[in-house]
Amino acid sequence: MKHLITAAGLLLATGAMAEETPVLTIYTYDSFASEWGPGPALEQAFEADCACDLQFVTAGDGAALLSRLRLEGDATKADIVLGLDTNLTAAARDTGLFAPHGVSADYALPVAWNDPDFVPFDWGYFAFIGNQGDPAPTTFRDLADSDRRILIQDPRSSTPGLGLLLWVKQAYGDEAPAIWEALSDNIVTVTPGWSEAYGMFLEGEGDLVLSYTTSPAYHIIAEEDASKVALPFEEGHYMQIEVAGLVAGSDKADLAKSFLAFLVSDAAQSVIPTTNWMYPAVEPSAGLPEGFDMLITPAKPLLIAPEDVPATRDAALEEWRNALSQ
Amino acid sequence: MLRLGGAAALLVAALILAPLAAVLWRAGGAGWPGPADWAALRFTLLQASLSAILSAAFAIPVARALARRRFAGRAALITLMGAPFILPVIVAIAGLLTIFGRNGLVNSALEALGLPPIDIFGLHGVLLAHVFFNLPLAVRLLLEGWRAIPAEHFRLAAQLDLPPATIFRTLEWPMLRARLPGICAVIFAICLSSFATVLILGGGPAATNVELAIYQAFTFDFDLGRAAVLSALQLVIVAAAAVLALILAGNGTAAPGLDRLVQRWDGAGGLRLWDAAVLTLAAAFVALPIALVLGRGAASVLSLPVSIWMAAGVSLLVALASAAISVLLALALALPRRRRFEAVGLMTLAASPLVLGTGLFLLIRPFTFPGNHVLAITALVNAAMALPFVLRSLSPEIRQIEATYGRLSDSLGLGGWHRFRWLLLPRLRRPLGFATGLAAALSMGDLGVIALFPPPEAATLPLEIYRLLGAYRTEAAAGASLILTALSFGLFLLFDRMGRHADT
Repeated sequence: MKHLITAAGLLLATGAMAEETPVLTIYTYDSFASEWGPGPALEQAFEADCACDLQFVTAGDGAALLSRLRLEGDATKADIVLGLDTNLTAAARDTGLFAPHGVSADYALPVAWNDPDFVPFDWGYFAFIGNQGDPAPTTFRDLADSDRRILIQDPRSSTPGLGLLLWVKQAYGDEAPAIWEALSDNIVTVTPGWSEAYGMFLEGEGDLVLSYTTSPAYHIIAEEDASKVALPFEEGHYMQIEVAGLVAGSDKADLAKSFLAFLVSDAAQSVIPTTNWMYPAVEPSAGLPEGFDMLITPAKPLLIAPEDVPATRDAALEEWRNALSQ
Repeated sequence: MLRLGGAAALLVAALILAPLAAVLWRAGGAGWPGPADWAALRFTLLQASLSAILSAAFAIPVARALARRRFAGRAALITLMGAPFILPVIVAIAGLLTIFGRNGLVNSALEALGLPPIDIFGLHGVLLAHVFFNLPLAVRLLLEGWRAIPAEHFRLAAQLDLPPATIFRTLEWPMLRARLPGICAVIFAICLSSFATVLILGGGPAATNVELAIYQAFTFDFDLGRAAVLSALQLVIVAAAAVLALILAGNGTAAPGLDRLVQRWDGAGGLRLWDAAVLTLAAAFVALPIALVLGRGAASVLSLPVSIWMAAGVSLLVALASAAISVLLALALALPRRRRFEAVGLMTLAASPLVLGTGLFLLIRPFTFPGNHVLAITALVNAAMALPFVLRSLSPEIRQIEATYGRLSDSLGLGGWHRFRWLLLPRLRRPLGFATGLAAALSMGDLGVIALFPPPEAATLPLEIYRLLGAYRTEAAAGASLILTALSFGLFLLFDRMGRHADT
């Protein structure tokens, strides 16, 4: 009997201990939480002060992340969803699962930011990447007229692919189908994801690949190779802004809010550039890492308002498919 | 035996249909595919049919040459024939591009000769890749067919001095007629669900597949009903192909023989040269891309991070578990010799990984968090995915053995476990070894459902490779691909050898 009481006491004690360390569950995309992404460093830095256990739950990419959340609905375990972008925020807001975050910061974004539901944590410009010294078209029309062979991604399964679709649409409006038709003989292939296209570009399968203006920074910093360059386009460059949101049903709203504040703090933002290879949303006090100064700075940022994305996207996708399926 | 088979068939059917039903239930009803979905379906049917016909057609001369020739390195060549099929897709495509790509061997040679370059991207590229993957599989399955023709028949043909054309008509064609439809159906089903190959080599949105349409329905439109209907359509098509194959195959098992080692006396003279040419071409087609990919990865193998080796260990465990499940299920399905049980096994090929994964997620979620059991789920789903191949190699053998010894065993009252232990198992060792190796290697190389619930810890090797690629680490990814290929192939070799050493 005495043993039983001891055992029960022990059980209660461990239960109480478990309650003392609250678990903060963050849903994110796989590469954010992987060994090479920002996740591990952010987890370590945040756990140092929060007296909590930060746990990542991952989905394949931003779009899969939103689908997971929609599947779970109100029953979701997530306290924070991290890794949506402005192309997804309208649909995310419509789920009614997000609550205002109350975080503010001195953002270094090329556009004004005042979304009450989503905190931006990094951003970048889409661009074609090529080799230094090769012919470099400066507009989509130039590109279509040239013999440059391009590798692009499918807008239905890849974030950069969708970015390109919206880029052409935003820059050319009703002329977008004509641009795609003109581009069709330049397109080597349309890959399902970014990594296949980028890998094939590195193997020389195409002259140019759709990626980010920050991609050359990886080669400069990690490989000391300055031969990869982003091509500046006169139409301007479409942007991707990655955001995090607070889940309305979270029972750890205060902890979650403190993580979102941490996310735009110097400690977190200084990790982003060389792990996610994007621009940090807030410029770190020590500035950007060396190598980022060698990147192009597009003169004209393009971004479709989040609430207009779903309609624009569906129309543009239809045009894209028709222009390229012939 | 019958009851066990029924239970296994039910289990497999439930594994495919319950997730589909869960997705439909969550959607609150079916959704109707749009014009783009139908276009995707049409292209998928076209490429899968062509891929199946081409792979099987090219496999006949290769298997025939292998069956009637004995030469040094023959065993190695047969083993090599297992390789492309078990290569991780992304590794195989990289290999094909080193041969047929813009800077590949073929184009370098053409350039040296002053000829215009070839372009691999388009329907022909998709077909080329699918033949690369499936021709060797078809060769291995056909070779089993040739082995099953009793030795006495060839002896008799030699004594009667029958010309090769007559041998083909009387001995080989009945076997081909019985086996080809099943082989075509399997390859058709594989190509139906081929995802990355079609998109990467297809060259544009016209070359697409149903899985992408399903992905779009899931993520873009969050139209679960449409995703479920598309997935069901795919299942119906594979079911139709399986039924068609059964009708075409008829009731074909070769006449019983005395279970002797096959010796061949036919195929002298000009045929010798023909066979040599066929085998050389096939060997080059299969071996070159693999060798080049392995060569690329060699530089970075030693500097790989520890996590890659841990992932390799995780993948090995998943692969072994998956192979064990798959072989046990296949035996349960094949032993009763009921076509309907085997047809159920074929269905797993057509199940959309996305619908399967999402459905399992919906089913498991109310009880426990699926992310915590991702390795077990992966092993189970991989086992189901390998099931058709395991069945295809075991079931014709079981039929053949039963046709030859069934009546003798019946008259001896040899039944149940003893019949399995003393009659079937010794004669099944070769296909069992092949099938186990195949299942293990397939599971090893497959990204599978783990991509839907990627665990921050305890990843599999294919997932780690995708992560490396996504993090710009192309060199390390090449090194990890080398390890993955070596392990997949090593597993296959190990089991295949174990089976073949049992040769009588």
